[in-house]
Amino acid sequence: MFESRQRTIIFVFALVAFVMLLRLFYMQVIDDSYKEAAANISLQRIIEYPYRGIVYDRKGKICVYNVPVYDVMVLPKEVKKGMDTTRFCSLFGITKEEFSETITAARTYSKVKPSPFIKQLSHTEFAKVQDQLIDFPGFFISPRTVRGYDHSSMGIVLGYIGEISAGRLEKYKKEGNNYYRSGDYLGISGLENYYEEQLRGKRGVKFMMVDVNGIQKGHYKDGIFDTAAVRGDNLYSTIDLELQKFGEELMKNKKGSIICMEPKTGEILAMISSPTYDPNLLRGRDFSKNYLALQKDPLKPLFNRALMAPYPPGSIFKTLQALTAMQEGVIDSNMVWPCVQDVVHCHPHPGPCNLRQSIQWSCNPYYLQVFRRIINQHKSGNTFLDTRIGYDRWREYMSSFGIGQKLGIDMPSEKKGILRTIAYYDRIYGEKHWKYSNVYSLSIGQGELGLSPLHMANMACVLANRGHYYTPHFIKKIGEKGTTPAQFKVRHQTKVAAKHFESIITGMQWAVQGGTVWSQARMKTVTICGKTGTAQNPHGKDHSIFICFAPKDNPTIAVATVVENSGFGGFVAAPIATLMVEKYLNDTIQRKNLYEHMLSRDYIHKDTTSNGKRGEAGKNH
Amino acid sequence: MAREEKLVKTIDIPLLGMYLALLLLGWLTIYASELDVNADIDAWDMSISSGRQLLFIGTSSVLIILIMATDYKFYDVFSYFIYAGILLVLVAVLGVGKTVAGSKSWLGVGTFGVQPSEFAKFATSLALAKYLSNPLIRLDRWPDLNRAAIIIAIPAILILLQNDTGSTLVFSAFVIPLFREGLPPWIPNLGLGIVFLFVLTLVVPQTWLLVAIGVIAVAAFFIIDKTLNNVIALAIIASVICLVVIGANYFINDVLQPHQRNRIKVLVQPGIDPLGVGWNVTQSKNAIGSGGFLGKGYLEGTQTKFDFVPEQSTDFIFCTIGEEFGFLGSLLVCGLFLGMLWRLVYLADRQKMKFSRVYGYCVAAIIFFHFTINIGMTVGLLPVIGIPLPFISYGGSSLWSFTILLFIFLKLDAHRSQMLSRDAG
Repeated sequence: MFESRQRTIIFVFALVAFVMLLRLFYMQVIDDSYKEAAANISLQRIIEYPYRGIVYDRKGKICVYNVPVYDVMVLPKEVKKGMDTTRFCSLFGITKEEFSETITAARTYSKVKPSPFIKQLSHTEFAKVQDQLIDFPGFFISPRTVRGYDHSSMGIVLGYIGEISAGRLEKYKKEGNNYYRSGDYLGISGLENYYEEQLRGKRGVKFMMVDVNGIQKGHYKDGIFDTAAVRGDNLYSTIDLELQKFGEELMKNKKGSIICMEPKTGEILAMISSPTYDPNLLRGRDFSKNYLALQKDPLKPLFNRALMAPYPPGSIFKTLQALTAMQEGVIDSNMVWPCVQDVVHCHPHPGPCNLRQSIQWSCNPYYLQVFRRIINQHKSGNTFLDTRIGYDRWREYMSSFGIGQKLGIDMPSEKKGILRTIAYYDRIYGEKHWKYSNVYSLSIGQGELGLSPLHMANMACVLANRGHYYTPHFIKKIGEKGTTPAQFKVRHQTKVAAKHFESIITGMQWAVQGGTVWSQARMKTVTICGKTGTAQNPHGKDHSIFICFAPKDNPTIAVATVVENSGFGGFVAAPIATLMVEKYLNDTIQRKNLYEHMLSRDYIHKDTTSNGKRGEAGKNH
Repeated sequence: MAREEKLVKTIDIPLLGMYLALLLLGWLTIYASELDVNADIDAWDMSISSGRQLLFIGTSSVLIILIMATDYKFYDVFSYFIYAGILLVLVAVLGVGKTVAGSKSWLGVGTFGVQPSEFAKFATSLALAKYLSNPLIRLDRWPDLNRAAIIIAIPAILILLQNDTGSTLVFSAFVIPLFREGLPPWIPNLGLGIVFLFVLTLVVPQTWLLVAIGVIAVAAFFIIDKTLNNVIALAIIASVICLVVIGANYFINDVLQPHQRNRIKVLVQPGIDPLGVGWNVTQSKNAIGSGGFLGKGYLEGTQTKFDFVPEQSTDFIFCTIGEEFGFLGSLLVCGLFLGMLWRLVYLADRQKMKFSRVYGYCVAAIIFFHFTINIGMTVGLLPVIGIPLPFISYGGSSLWSFTILLFIFLKLDAHRSQMLSRDAG
């Protein structure tokens, strides 16, 4: 039935296919108008890179800005075979070998996708070649910006930008972040990295109609598909550029770190990690060469000691022990203890100390006793169990000061340092087989402890604020109309009440005015409260450590200084720290001799021991 | 094991070969369409269409294995259940579906979504085949014809309610299997006549058209025998034609949404809406036309890059083929489709069971409709109706549904001798 209709259907199918083919044959082979139309207009997609945000210091000085550079790009498909390579090479000052090497690499990458041929011509270089480039089809200029600095400081704080690595691109893709493309630049360290998303802005795309000669004929569809590049937000940082420069100068030829903070806000005024590097080295064309050299440098200038290096804090730790003991009610400010040096050494200082004097003179035996009272509060008859209870309690206090944890600073690679748990000691000594005598060196900031200079600066802020701190941060606001990010406005209360601070702070005042601090480091006009530390370490001479804040009432600056392998805390770290205070508070340095003296110290290249004699006499001040 | 070997021998190799050829051509073209000269992305990267299409092709082969492993009697016995199931899903889509590009036709979990309307095609084919396989059904009888029409109309209306006009129109393709099974020829002819008048109303102003019809009717009046019956018939025919013309005008100007109206009008007036739908068609034609005889070469197309024709890898994918492979590419695509359609009709007619035959014609009709509309749209012969080019366009739902559609038939065809024995038994 109806079999004949099969033929009708086949006929309809064939007829339609035939009509389509006829139409296609007419369009594709006979009629040339489509070819002309296509030749006249094709679309080019042009990526517009946004202007990266600028970073200002707290006084409005520009820390980093943008400099235009010009990349010469090559599209291998369009490079003519008979091009005048000799002229090209002489124009750009490259050898023929370099030319053929680069173009081969570009061809291998892709014939139809552009690759950079010569990177980062300066404006003058660009002006020289601009007119002549038209003679070399396949080569074109792609403008972009690199970072520029008017100074040579802040390298470790600002960080650097660089081309995205294949590994990072892969990682981002896996995380679903498809913003970056191969060849894009992004912040790799420091603030450039932490605030990458705010600084980078938003890439724009332009669809341009171009004719067969590559001449732009305007925006496709009047630009309705175009997206404008959105410039990145500027960062208003808390850094005081002058103070930062001053600190970097002071730390020349010294290994270590200075951090200055505003205690009442947690703002970082200066962060120095020494030896440091000039940020100008990691911009521009010599990036790779300079980066390699910095990476190979045995003094590790790329390593941010301020956030990453764990030091035993030494005697500055005594302040926290005294505070903890008072809060726990196991001592009061009238406690007097003789300087009995049966377990630890001390250095010559007058008689038995009370609490204030114990800080002023940094008496070691005193703090062994303080720590013993914290650890063994006789809550259990068993010494081992009692120690566990006490240690755990003590650890809670230390954690509340931010020790052994990341404080949450707005910079990558912050380290949490070392603060051991009960489980750790159990592993070392066997479960419940350790007691006070195994851990007593913690009392004077030695042993199983690691604090970064940032932890120490935060300690100084806690002392200055009498019991609380704000997360250390570098940024006042993001963008012109921005405000301080909310997480930096949260007040972190430690476990110690404000009333317990006064006697310790007075002790710190006396430490500077007539205690462990070198008399030259004192300031007549400002009351500085400080505490020295001299940390034994396996790497050679003691680390000189000092924390302080000033003025005593309503402090506006807190400082932590670490100078590695330089000896006694009161003689190296303390004068550097008080110079920072002077610079910040008075803007000019009155103590010229002290300044010159500290500038001339070199603890890296030769062993400067002029102050060391006294420093050697005693440990842990 | 022996049965599987037999299956390989009995599956129709030419049809399988053409299927694979279209799939390969499609994948290569999808990669070319989305190739972004500024990005350094592998063809199989899941963030671009070609990578995902590879996944769809992989899942399609799983579907093929499942279809081939299922007992061939399943499709016959369960055809109404499958149909009912799909109808339920279509209703569900109206309630909880996601709207993409104006059509509420997606059912999805997270980023993964399917378009049930795609699967309604094979389900309706199965139901129609099942209904017509009853030897007592005769399509020249109104009650039987009405039931067949209802089977087709229910999913079509549900899909129309999803605001997916293109997929709805696909259901008109079922007129071909109906015609093959005895639909009176005047019905498709009437349909073609209405379409012809429709096009006329676009080209000629309505009053002129009405005057012309009147003149022809008067002329006819003098020619025909002036019996009362003839005169009444002439008057009725002329009035109906006038009504159709007026109705078509009303439909185009008052029923269609503006973008749909433009898609039709642009066929006869390429100048209107040059930046909207006109631009798409112009760009599509420029791309295809500039391909020449040999094409510009694979991945060398200039017109089909940078997403300037929307739906570059789905509905307008033929642009890329036309531009990069030229007329030879057009010849290849049209040849493969015509070959596939011819083979389908040939195989359908050698079926011993009416069920398989009707199903085979349904498959051919649906593929034919998609092919015609899609290519016709890209070359500017037909209005822009967004339906994919089978096996070539990017998209999971489309590829899966066409694969299921085709391979159920291949499965039925592979068992045609067994069906005979069953019928005989």
